[in-house]
Amino acid sequence: MIRVQNLVKTFGDFTAVKDISFDVGQGEIFAFLGPNGAGKTTTIKMLTTLLHPTSGSIRLDGLDPTVKTKEARQRFGIVFQDPSLDAEQTAYENMDLHGVLYHVPRKLRAERIELLLRTFELWERRDSYVKTFSGGMKRRLEIARGFLHTPAILFLDEPTLGLDPQSRNQLWTHVKRLNETEKTTVFLTTHYMDEADRVAHRIAIMDHGSIIAVGTSAELKQQTGAESLEEAFLALTGSSLRDESADSNDRLRQITKMWKR
Amino acid sequence: MGAIYILWLRELKRYVRSRVQIVVSLGQPCLYLVALGFGFGPVFKQAGQGSYLQFMAPGVIGMTVLFSSVFSGIAMLWDRQFGFLKETLVAPVSRLQIMAGRTLGGATVAIIQGVLILVICLVAGFRPQSWTALPFAFLFVVLIAVVFAALGTGIGSVLEDMQGFQLVMNFLVLPIFFLSGALYPLTNLPTAMAVIVRLDPLTYGVDGLRGALVNTWQFSPALDLAVLVALACVFLGSGAYLFSKIEA
Repeated sequence: MIRVQNLVKTFGDFTAVKDISFDVGQGEIFAFLGPNGAGKTTTIKMLTTLLHPTSGSIRLDGLDPTVKTKEARQRFGIVFQDPSLDAEQTAYENMDLHGVLYHVPRKLRAERIELLLRTFELWERRDSYVKTFSGGMKRRLEIARGFLHTPAILFLDEPTLGLDPQSRNQLWTHVKRLNETEKTTVFLTTHYMDEADRVAHRIAIMDHGSIIAVGTSAELKQQTGAESLEEAFLALTGSSLRDESADSNDRLRQITKMWKR
Repeated sequence: MGAIYILWLRELKRYVRSRVQIVVSLGQPCLYLVALGFGFGPVFKQAGQGSYLQFMAPGVIGMTVLFSSVFSGIAMLWDRQFGFLKETLVAPVSRLQIMAGRTLGGATVAIIQGVLILVICLVAGFRPQSWTALPFAFLFVVLIAVVFAALGTGIGSVLEDMQGFQLVMNFLVLPIFFLSGALYPLTNLPTAMAVIVRLDPLTYGVDGLRGALVNTWQFSPALDLAVLVALACVFLGSGAYLFSKIEA
């Protein structure tokens, strides 16, 4: 379903993604783990047409997203690391807008929206403005929205960041169920090892722009002789801290936070 | 087409729902109308130019449309920050359609604001030369709105943070307003000023509005229309280009 070969992305003289290759099968849940700044988000951005690869090839459901951009976009859904909802519209309006942008016919759109909002336990709140939602509800709405146009692949970039254990638990239960009922391939990144361990069929560990290990959770543990996935992760990536530089959006966000106080 | 419509509708919904913003954005033109209109009125009359309110009301309408339409474009900064922009950028829809929906939505909001200010001007004592002149004036409101909404979208595509916003306000929008002849007649200006004024797009919009409403023309209706239509095409084209270059 996803086939990546020798993918490279450089920004100036910095190489964020160094010649990575991997395959994700149809219906698989594939987790991408790695410390901050490892290149996970850059990889997702290239897979989802937001960044142009420096070199290498990508195939999504057999399509090259750099050439058949629109067709590829129709086939995947994405939940970004940062929220991407319109807070000034209601939950239903957000879903509806997405459905229109993804060319879902009106009747089917109404059915899918109801089904997904019910699945993610948001149907009762469909007419509330998104700005009144809690962090967990917003996340659920974004994931429901990602499934709306029945994508072949769903990308989840750290979807559980900042959520409480209840919300995280419930969220993965829903994602797993939809992965089974709709046969959606799921590509996710996370910092929570227990989630990857529980949800993902296969795991790739990325560090400094390269993939350093791929396999099932059991294989990774066996390979490093570790008890838990977290130990295996630390054994593979070391325990030094990574710092990410802030981009202009992060700065903008900080300014608004100051204003809101 | 669905994408253009739904994004246009979104801009309109946002406008209608933020009542505070409506009041605030109408407050400033009202202040100009009252403080300048009645304040400068006696001097203007002594200079033999007639009623200042009659003269400046079309200028204030032009100002309202200018501010409102440029802001709608720059509001993209908020969408960028709160992430909604990304949702539209990965959708299987051409950037041109997204830009068109946003820009037309912003222009529509600006047109509504302009019409509201016209009503306020009428209440304040402004009288157009005839009621049949209103549709012609409306045409100029539409053109001003489209020109500056497209400009705003172009700027919003390039700006990355709020500092840039201040820059645009102080070095672009305010000069465009003050150099447009919205507040003073363009006759007998110093040469340098006369040239600068003619480079300002809003000059032609205000002239068209003033001509249509109170029959005082600096240029001809044909020239005003031609300049505005040409600028609308240029700004829409370059705005669409800049918008298509956004990388999330």
